[in-house]
Amino acid sequence: MFPADTKYTKNHEFVKPLGDGTALVGITHYAQEALGDVVFVQLPEVGTTLNAGEEFGTVESVKTVSECYLPTAGEVIAVNGDLEAHPEFVNEDAYGKGWMLKIKLVGELNPELLDAKAYEAHVASEAH
Amino acid sequence: MSELKKTPLNAVHRALGAKMVDFGGWDMPVQYPTGILAEHHAVRGKVGLFDVSHMGEIRVKGPEAMAFLDWLTPNSVTKLNVNQIHYTGLLMENGAFVDDLLLHKISDTEFLLVVNASNVDKDFAWIAEHAKKFNVTVTNESDATGQVALQGPRSLQVLQPLVDIDLSQIKYYWFAFGNFKGMPVMIARTGYTGEDGFEVYCPTEKTEWVWNELMESGKAHELMPTGLGCRNTLRLEAKMALYGHEIDDQITALEADLNWIVKLQKGDFLGRETLQRQKDEGVKRILVGFRMAEKRDIARDHMPIVEGGQQIGFVTSGAPSATLGYNLGLALVPVEKAAIGTKLYVEIRGKACEAEVVPTPFYKRAK
Repeated sequence: MFPADTKYTKNHEFVKPLGDGTALVGITHYAQEALGDVVFVQLPEVGTTLNAGEEFGTVESVKTVSECYLPTAGEVIAVNGDLEAHPEFVNEDAYGKGWMLKIKLVGELNPELLDAKAYEAHVASEAH
Repeated sequence: MSELKKTPLNAVHRALGAKMVDFGGWDMPVQYPTGILAEHHAVRGKVGLFDVSHMGEIRVKGPEAMAFLDWLTPNSVTKLNVNQIHYTGLLMENGAFVDDLLLHKISDTEFLLVVNASNVDKDFAWIAEHAKKFNVTVTNESDATGQVALQGPRSLQVLQPLVDIDLSQIKYYWFAFGNFKGMPVMIARTGYTGEDGFEVYCPTEKTEWVWNELMESGKAHELMPTGLGCRNTLRLEAKMALYGHEIDDQITALEADLNWIVKLQKGDFLGRETLQRQKDEGVKRILVGFRMAEKRDIARDHMPIVEGGQQIGFVTSGAPSATLGYNLGLALVPVEKAAIGTKLYVEIRGKACEAEVVPTPFYKRAK
């Protein structure tokens, strides 16, 4: 559950560069598992530009709420509208149909992002 | 932090893949891989099985047991029939709670009190201290007692083939003694979900066997093991209080909207003076149910209720309701804000979000 073509944050967001200057953003499989059943996802307006580490939305689960921070600077060019009717997509397929934002990358990819291996180690260290 | 306590079903939960959490010092399953929503729906629609072995059992026995408990608790113990149960509390002089509990009348001289896991030691000390003036003995049987709760409309069908008593003859909030595949158990028609169901009390060392038998019998009825996560959303829909949220050592029984357990006419009891005065003067704050106006706004425990930039109350429990499809909660608010239809504002991440006072319980099962 740590796709190699994807970068991760310690706060459990992911960014998957698509190779054309854009990228998909969401929360990781580990994050959705920790949150439990997702019931609402609040996303920003298309056109919003945010820096790395800025809050882009909130994920509400039955149990709790969690803020999400943008892994790397970008302009929001699309949000996943399906999540309004189907927030459970985040649980079912966090990296696929549970994606949250499509961003146009601004500048270099945040150098602090973790690769799959480093993120897997980070998750293992958090688990215990 | 001392090591977490474990119920006799700890290994069973882990084998089922449960997510375990620290619940008041106990290592308990918050959910199984099925998830809180599916488990919530299982209890409302079919049947769920909860481990509630962490709950405390305190036995009060002796010639003055009834008089003692009638003085110690606000509900009317003398009105209770043998094999009947009622909800009540352990109140202090200030009318607020040491704990809430279910009181089971076994006979005029013997009662079983089922209390919250995290409060067992405090409750036992409280009861034992006050019992000194009465001819009773108080025993903490929590460690020796296992308990599972079968909850949902199919509960009777799952349990009946395993026991030698006619479960249809046990009314809601009554109990009976019977044999579970030959082993003596106590079976109460109670629960913390707002659904029909049974709570089975057995010796600790037999709990795993009872659980496994129920899981097996439940296969034909789509029984699902269910965790504390859905137990919370279920009890909230049914407006059942949770210690530390709707009730605590500062919130009185009348403020918690539990006037139905406060029998001021029955004679003296612990906390009566305060509650009588509070009733005469009128409570200043009271527990209400509310519904959020917007789907995106979910009230959570302890969030402020605000008006004109001032905090006027707080959310005691809040969550999305799986059964009703909207976000609900309970809050302590000034009594002027308690009428059905009153607009309340919950401060969520710095923003005042609209809610409305609605009738409770939010969910009531069809009879």
